[in-house]
Amino acid sequence: MKRKAKGGWFATILFTLVSILYVSPIFIVLMNSFKKKTYISRQPFLLPNEKSFVGFENYITAIEKYGFLKAVGVNLLLTVGSVVVILICTSMFAWYITRVNNKVTRGLYLLCIFSMVVPFQMVMFTLAKVTDTLKLGTPWGLIIIYLGFGAGLAVFMFCGFVKSIPIEIEEAAMIDGCSPIRTFFSVVLPIMKPTYISVGILETMWIWNDFLLPYLTLDRGKYQNIPMVIQMMQGSYGRVDMGAIMACLLMAVIPIIVFYLSCQKYIIKGVAAGAVKG
Amino acid sequence: MEKSIKRYFPIFLGPTFAAFIIGFIVPFLMGVYLSFCDFRTVTDAKWVGVSNYVKAFQDPEFFHSFLFTTVFTVVTVVLINVLAFTVALVLTREIRGTNLFRTVFFMPNLIGGIVLGYIWLLIFNGILSHYDLALRISTRWGFWGLVILLCWQQIGYMMIIYIAGLQAIPTSLNEAAEIDGAGWWQRLIHVTIPNMMPSITICTFLTLTNGFKLFDQNLSLTAGEPLNTTEGIALNIYRTFYGRVGYEGVGQAKAVVFFVLVVALGLIQLRATRSKEVQQ
Repeated sequence: MKRKAKGGWFATILFTLVSILYVSPIFIVLMNSFKKKTYISRQPFLLPNEKSFVGFENYITAIEKYGFLKAVGVNLLLTVGSVVVILICTSMFAWYITRVNNKVTRGLYLLCIFSMVVPFQMVMFTLAKVTDTLKLGTPWGLIIIYLGFGAGLAVFMFCGFVKSIPIEIEEAAMIDGCSPIRTFFSVVLPIMKPTYISVGILETMWIWNDFLLPYLTLDRGKYQNIPMVIQMMQGSYGRVDMGAIMACLLMAVIPIIVFYLSCQKYIIKGVAAGAVKG
Repeated sequence: MEKSIKRYFPIFLGPTFAAFIIGFIVPFLMGVYLSFCDFRTVTDAKWVGVSNYVKAFQDPEFFHSFLFTTVFTVVTVVLINVLAFTVALVLTREIRGTNLFRTVFFMPNLIGGIVLGYIWLLIFNGILSHYDLALRISTRWGFWGLVILLCWQQIGYMMIIYIAGLQAIPTSLNEAAEIDGAGWWQRLIHVTIPNMMPSITICTFLTLTNGFKLFDQNLSLTAGEPLNTTEGIALNIYRTFYGRVGYEGVGQAKAVVFFVLVVALGLIQLRATRSKEVQQ
């Protein structure tokens, strides 16, 4: 029983206006990123004019003086590395604790759920000390920390899915002589593909934007991710270079929008799947 | 089959479990222990009993940040859920452009809190400067600024969950109610909302914990200014650790209190809304 809603055109017009309002913050940043820094705080809502237009100067400052591209590299390494490691390790973990059912595995499952609820402030100070002691304050080392900290959600979602896979398929593979490792990688892993995408997207969203964990654990003199660079530029007292900040904000947003528009279908599905399991 | 898998536990469980111990279990247990200690760098910890907790509860700023967070959370939970639900209701009807609208509304959710905070700081200051005000000198605008920011960020996320929920309700239910003569409002109250309780449970849970755990946005938009009056619990704990030398123990005690609060709140909320869910 599908039909046109009453007043459909009214809703369309209203939502179009709201949508324009919704994306306007991004356009305001785009506009300001081409203005001279002294004009930004004085007249943020005006388009750049002859006097205030500076071309790509702010972008050049952001890249050369504040090392923005290096921060992008740190972000990429941290996000891609951690997500790949999380996906492989936690899916194996989840399959094992679902298929081997005893007190230990049930305990591990509860521990994972528990870790999802704990706020980061509870462990931040001690976690920074632990990473410092173990010399894990590099992007490579942080991958281990992210595996530990992101395991909760990932294990939880993978377990939910493994339970729905008929065990007969795996039994058949094992009877045919597959070792558990081979069974996992050539039978279970392909079946779980949708869950890999969902978990991958949720973890990517978290790690790409994460500020406090890398801020406290990374060796700040050597490595900074994008949120750290932006926070450092604004947080430093004295002269704040608004122009370079605008350029950084925009360069931080663009890859996210590109990623979003290119895998929107999966992102929205991933979010919905993550929520239903919750 | 179980037996043959069992032997492979070092490969399947090993990596995740080791990382879990380093990244979560050890810091957590140390954190609980250190909340009863006086320390600067962990290695010099001295047991002092509950005195950290006493100091934490006597700190008027901690109490203020708790109040701030509570009021903030209540306001955002109500606003975000009501708005997201309404938007979801409209966007599941047959109107032009729903897909585009969904795309737009969800987008801010992917942008991180620090970046969002500075984007909105520019906008709010641009508006407030016409009235000779700035966001960071006004407690009231700081509060509402944070509310607007969080709404902008999270309405889209909750909308997606509500849309998924709405699409899962069998249309026959609404049709039956309509044949029985129920109006739009009656169908909403007696058919749609009861069937949406699982989604409502999830969304209130998420907005509740997000509001309580708010940190990045708080740090970048208001940084607690003016005079720490717009500081939420998470930011207060952070400042206690890293802003005052000698208060690490108190910071850890506050963190434990915060942890207990978040867990208790989550449990109470889940129980309260789960009991209202209907079985289809």
